[in-house]
Amino acid sequence: MESAVQFLDMGGYALFVWPAFIMVAIVMTALLIWSWRDLRRERQTLELLAERRGSGETAGTGNDA
Amino acid sequence: MVNWHRLANPKLFLTWSRRVLPWAAVITALLLAVGLYLSLFVAPPDYQQGDTVRIMFVHVPSAWMALFTYTVMAGASAAGLIWKSPLSHLTAKAAAPIGASFTLLALATGALWGQPMWGTWWVWDARLTSVLILFFLYLGYMAIWQAIDDYTRAAKSAAILALVGFVNVPIIKFSVDWWNTLHQPASVLRLDGPSIHPTLLTPLFVMIAAFTGYFIVLLLIRLEREILARQAQTLRRAQARG
Amino acid sequence: MTRRRRRLYFILSSMAMLGVATALMLNAFSESLVFFHSPSEIAEKGIPVERRFRLGGLVEENSVEKANDGVTISFRVTDTAVSVPVRYRGLLPDLFREGQGVVADGALDGSGTFVATEILAKHDETYMPPEVAEALKKAGQWQGEETDDR
Repeated sequence: MESAVQFLDMGGYALFVWPAFIMVAIVMTALLIWSWRDLRRERQTLELLAERRGSGETAGTGNDA
Repeated sequence: MVNWHRLANPKLFLTWSRRVLPWAAVITALLLAVGLYLSLFVAPPDYQQGDTVRIMFVHVPSAWMALFTYTVMAGASAAGLIWKSPLSHLTAKAAAPIGASFTLLALATGALWGQPMWGTWWVWDARLTSVLILFFLYLGYMAIWQAIDDYTRAAKSAAILALVGFVNVPIIKFSVDWWNTLHQPASVLRLDGPSIHPTLLTPLFVMIAAFTGYFIVLLLIRLEREILARQAQTLRRAQARG
Repeated sequence: MTRRRRRLYFILSSMAMLGVATALMLNAFSESLVFFHSPSEIAEKGIPVERRFRLGGLVEENSVEKANDGVTISFRVTDTAVSVPVRYRGLLPDLFREGQGVVADGALDGSGTFVATEILAKHDETYMPPEVAEALKKAGQWQGEETDDR
């Protein structure tokens, strides 16, 4: 227990060390999730477009994507 | 054996990229886990800076990625302008937000390190200022893609900005040697070898490898997205024409 | 010459010209890109009293003195050739210690003492665990704090 407190204290610099690590973790996770979601959305859009073309549906209404 | 030249073909690239991505993701996750463990639990405190030296394990890799990403972006832009290879401009476009994020992280973690050690969050010395300029270059690059609708024109303008801005990369690297700065000179990439003790250098290298892996994973995801978006655009246009 | 080749040469030569132009510009503004001045430079240039600038160097060993009021300290900043006396009232960064790098913002007073309004610590590029530093000192291989102003 004491060593855990000591670890979290970071030699008195907890207020600087932890925010640095947490900030990096947040930005890297957010960028990954955001990029992955964009990719999945784009894959769906493309599938939809390909389907529509395959079924010979009339075009010109493709603004809903 | 990968035929690198054929990867410039979008279809072949996508097949290759989708096969590589899971592996790259697993390796990156492992490196990150090991790197974090080494940085927080194994690495000793510094003889002068105590535990704040641990900020180095995220600060230096972020700064490295900021410069590395810009170099990739400028290289891809040059290739796009010279050889008009189909994926070049999209690679640069996909990389920009990654570089901007890491530049911001390098500045922010640097501030958190500077306050306790130097006694200030920020100074306008040559190193810090040139990195701030790098951040604005990334923003400008992304703004061009946002502002210009026509793909060819946007790609060309953005590529020129990326190339012009590349002069800033050696300036950042050597700013600490050319002018006196508050920021200390290079510790890792120096002619007489690193001036960091192996117990602190090993975690740093693992973290740099992990960040580079993360860059590759993210670039593959973002580049696929850019390729698909282009394809969707072409399809839509074809359908609109009927 | 093919179009590609022409584009390649055009971009390479533009980059080279841009590089030269930037180098010339940076060289011209070199003076203002410097963050601090060393005691030797100050001795040479003869900076007028009350003009604000930054003084950088090492805190001279055995020179730090606390005044009776408990908040004013005085010490000397040296570049091993010349040293300048400094007086300061306020908070010090954690890394401020004798033998370490320091950058002080302020101005010279009439008596040639640098009155600082802000003190920043500057560390060097070596990192090691305390035990290693201790062992190096014991083995007599300690090179001391290196100056890194050039």
